This record gives sequence, C-alpha cells and structure tokens, in this order.
Amino acid sequence: MTVAVVILLDGVLYAAVLFLVAAGLTLVYGVMRILNIAHGSLYALGAYAGTSLVLVYLKTGGPAPLMYLALLAGAVVAGAIAGPLVERLLLRPIYGREEVVQLLVTYSLFLILEDVMKLLWGVDPYYVAKPYAFLGTVTIAGVRYAWYQLLLIAVALATGVLVSLAIRGTRLGRMIVAVTADREISATLGINVGRVYTLAFTAGAILAGLGGALVAPLISVAPGISVEAIVLAFAVVVIGGLGSLEGAALGALIVGITRAAAVQLFPEIELATVYLIMVAVLLFRPRGLFGEWETRRI
Amino acid sequence: MRGGKALPLVAAAVFGAAPLVLPGWVTFLLTLAVAKSVMVLAIALLLRGGLVSFGHGMFFAAGAYTVGMAMKWGGMREAVVLTFLGVLAAAAAAALLGLLIARYRGIFFAMLNMAISMVVYAVLLKLYWVTGGTDGIGIRTPTILGVMPERESLRLVMYYFTLVMTLPAFYAVHRFWTSPLGFALRAVRDNEVRVEYMGTSVARVIYAAYVLSGALGGLAGILTGFSVGHIVPDLAYWTTSGEFVFVAVLGGPASIPGPLVGSIAFEFLKSYAYKYAAFTWQMTLGVTMLAIILFMPGGLWTIYEGLARQGRQWRLSWKRTG
Repeated sequence: MTVAVVILLDGVLYAAVLFLVAAGLTLVYGVMRILNIAHGSLYALGAYAGTSLVLVYLKTGGPAPLMYLALLAGAVVAGAIAGPLVERLLLRPIYGREEVVQLLVTYSLFLILEDVMKLLWGVDPYYVAKPYAFLGTVTIAGVRYAWYQLLLIAVALATGVLVSLAIRGTRLGRMIVAVTADREISATLGINVGRVYTLAFTAGAILAGLGGALVAPLISVAPGISVEAIVLAFAVVVIGGLGSLEGAALGALIVGITRAAAVQLFPEIELATVYLIMVAVLLFRPRGLFGEWETRRI
Repeated sequence: MRGGKALPLVAAAVFGAAPLVLPGWVTFLLTLAVAKSVMVLAIALLLRGGLVSFGHGMFFAAGAYTVGMAMKWGGMREAVVLTFLGVLAAAAAAALLGLLIARYRGIFFAMLNMAISMVVYAVLLKLYWVTGGTDGIGIRTPTILGVMPERESLRLVMYYFTLVMTLPAFYAVHRFWTSPLGFALRAVRDNEVRVEYMGTSVARVIYAAYVLSGALGGLAGILTGFSVGHIVPDLAYWTTSGEFVFVAVLGGPASIPGPLVGSIAFEFLKSYAYKYAAFTWQMTLGVTMLAIILFMPGGLWTIYEGLARQGRQWRLSWKRTG
C-alpha cells in the first residue's frame, strides 16, 4: 500500500516537471518542425538562474515567501533572454534546410550551452533547499511529503491548463495553431510567421526554464542535468506524439509513473524501463499516442 | 576521380613509414586517431544517407567491452580472435537494434540512438560487479597471432596492428559505397519515396548501412581499447558520440579519406586544447561545428579537393602552352 502511494505520488511529481519541459519541446517542434536538442540546456539554464536568484534574494534578507517569486523570475528571465537570441541568430538561417543540418546545429548549440553554463556557474553542484524546507511536510497515507512537492504539481497543472487555454483562446494562440498547420498559407493570410516563430520558441524556452527552476530545490543543480532532461523529455514527446500538448501530458504521466515504479522496484534498470515503454509505443503507434500521420511527399 | 588510384598507395606508404621517423608520443596519438577514424567512417557512412546518430558510442562500447569481458572473464589474450569476437558482437547488437531504429529517419533516428546509448551507459555503470562500474576494465597487452609483443616495441606493434585492422574497414566502406546498395543510400538522402518507386527497399538499405556502421563502431572501440589499455562506461556516454559526429563533420563525410584526415586533425588538436581549454572544450567543438556546417559543408577534405582541382587546371594550362 505504502509503496503504491509512493509510486503514484513520486510518479506524478516526476511527471509534473517532465510535462513542463516536454510541453516546451513539443510546442517548438509543432511550430517550427525543429527538434531542439539544446532544450535540455534551456532547462538547466532555468535551474541555474532560478537557484542563483533565490540565493541572491535570501542574502538580502527579504520576506521568505517572496523567494518563490525569485525562483520563477529567474526561469522566466533566462528563457526570455536565451529564447529570442537563439531563434533569431541560430535557427533562422536554417529553416527549410535538411533535417540532419538542423539537428547538427541544435546539437552544436547544446555543446556550446553546456560550457557557457560551466563558465557562468562552475562545475560544483548548487543546492538551495530553503524553498523546499520552508513549507514543511504533510503525511499522506503514512508517507511524509513536502508541501513544496505538492505545490510543484499544482503549478505544473496550472501551467498546462493556462498554455492550452492560451493556445485555444487568444489571438496569438490561434496564430500559433495556424502556423503549425500550414506555414505558407498563414503567411499569405497576413500572419507574421517570423514573429510567431520567435514567440513560440521563447515560450518553449520559458517552459523548459520553469521546469528546471521548479525542480531545482529538490535536486543538486550540476552539469549533466541537461542531457538527462532532453533524453527523458524526448521519450515523453515520442510516447505522446511530437507536436501534441495533450500527448506531452499523457507521455509525462506514463514516463513519470514508470520511472517512480522502477526506482522502487528495480532501481538498476530505472532508465531502461522508460525506453522499453517508448519502444513498445513506437512499435504499435510509430507516431506516438496523439501523433498525426504525415503524408509523404514525392 | 582520376588520380584517385594512386592516393590509397601513397597513403599506405606514408602511414607505413610514419612511426619510423616520428617520436613515440606522436605514434601513440596516430594510433588513436587511426583507430577512431573507423568510428568516424561509420558516422560518415550514415551521414551520407542523410542520417545522423548521436549514440554510436554504444557500438564503440559494445566492441570494447566484449573484448574487455572476454579478457577478464574468459581469460583470452589473442588480439586477432578478440577483435573478430568484438566486431561480431557489435554487429549483432546493431543487427538487433537496427530492426527498430532502421525504421526511423531524421530526429527519431538521431534521438533513439542517443537514448539507447544512454541506457547502455547506465547499464555499464550500474552492473559494476561485471563491468567494473566507473573504474572500467583494464585491457592487458594481447598476444598477436600467438606472439607476445616486446615491451619496448609495444607501441610500434600496436600501431601496425591498428593500421592493418583498419585497412579492411576502409576497403569495406569503399566497396559498399560503390555498390548498388551504396548508390541507393545516397538516393535515399535525396528522395526516399522515389527510391521505393524504383523497387528498392529503403528499409533494407538503411538496415544494411546501420549494421555495417555498428560493426565499424565496434572495431574502432576494440582498437582504441587495445591502444589505451583501459575502457570505461564513458565510451557510451553522449559526449563520446558527439565528438565522433563532430569529427565526421570536420573531416568531411562525403569522401573516404575525410574521416581519417578529420580524426588525425582532431586527435592532435585535442591533445593540445584539452590542457588549455578544459572548461571550454565542448564550446570550442560546438562553435567550430557551427562554422563548418554554415560555411564549409564539405569539411576539411574539400580543401584538399579544391587544391587538387587547381593543380589539375594548372597542369592542363601548362600542357596547353607547352
């Protein structure tokens, strides 16, 4: 019983973070048809920026609850700066190029960002437990959980709902949907496709950063977290279907709960279980659970 | 293609004579570069079919660890047998994974390879009672055709062993590249659907290329393991695969000598740069790769090809006037 509760709660917790990262990845892919390998680095960037800002804020000695704002602000600022820069300078020249070129370019960016973060923050891990410890704990079915963990799940849920509402309800959201469906026709209808690209990429970067910043108090922020994030986020979007937000949510839940179960039951093959599921999904639904079939053009 | 016949002979002569005039440490670096160039060749092979793998380090590790385990647990010492065994194991791994991976292109191909190689890395790390975990496995000096190399000449022997083992790999890729299968692979990059309309199975073409590239990766891992004398799980880590992709792009994937040239340039660059730029090493790779992709898509080998073309033109004009 206890194990089941642990698996479920831990799983949903993993899923919450994974969803934020994967939602950004899938949004960017949906709009520009580029799989951003550097997406994990944007997640790490958010984690570093959020952590640093909280540390700076705690030194000033302001009221403690405001540190959550600092955490979020760090992520948003990091994404809002890195997003447009990367899109304008690096991705714009390669739209419409071969897929392998696009992959190599985002891979180069991934390599570059890895070292940029090492230069800015060093190689020693960062811990900031204050946001985690501040809220205290709660006992659910005999297992102690931190309120922060539950808060994290709530924030991820709210973000997901907000993003999907924004895409459905706002003018910009509809423009994003239009560009996703057909770039050229959107351009003829007077949509500034370039701007939509920049905005969508920035939104994706901010989502990744949020995921990083929110999980930062639970982990040690160190080099290496970006590759883990991109590899897992990729599994999530592949299971859910590239380009689908609902798919990202479902994929995150599947991966999160599987991983939690594996950690409890077979810790040796934790990572492998996620990929076994991914392989199983790909064998039966090669485009993922919510993926759309693309027509092949001659 | 004219003049291309002399090139392999010249290359063989240069590589055969190199250690006789070069200092020992250069020979060692050259051994590493030649060994790893087989891996780069494997990446380049796929690149020419429009596929990029960010996880080929797993075949590198598969070859190296097969040899390591056969030595540690099976007590085998014979290099030729071990090499054969390792290549077979890597090819078998590629044949199995290929069943799944050869169905995918582009993003899926790249990332599935990366994902599976990270799983291999994790397994090598966690099964420490078999693989030695982070400590890895020490590769003892092997016997070559039953002869134990002398301690003083070990470096030289390993160099020639690597060179001899590399030749069939380059020849195999050359043959593959000029075979109908190789032409089909090139066509797949341009337009997959049209290839299928011609009656060729695209899946089979990619599968064949994948298994060949896996076997090559295994060979590279074995040879590297022999010359370094120690293998670690990092061989399957994404940075290892990333460096190979970088070298393939650097040397130029569109030619057979490209990977070799790139690999040698890279190994020497690395031995210097690592000392001065340990923190900015990945960044240097990334920036250089970006510059090459955007400004010199053919890689280093295009410099030679450009010079050769100019040389031919110069000879022609000289003949005409003379």
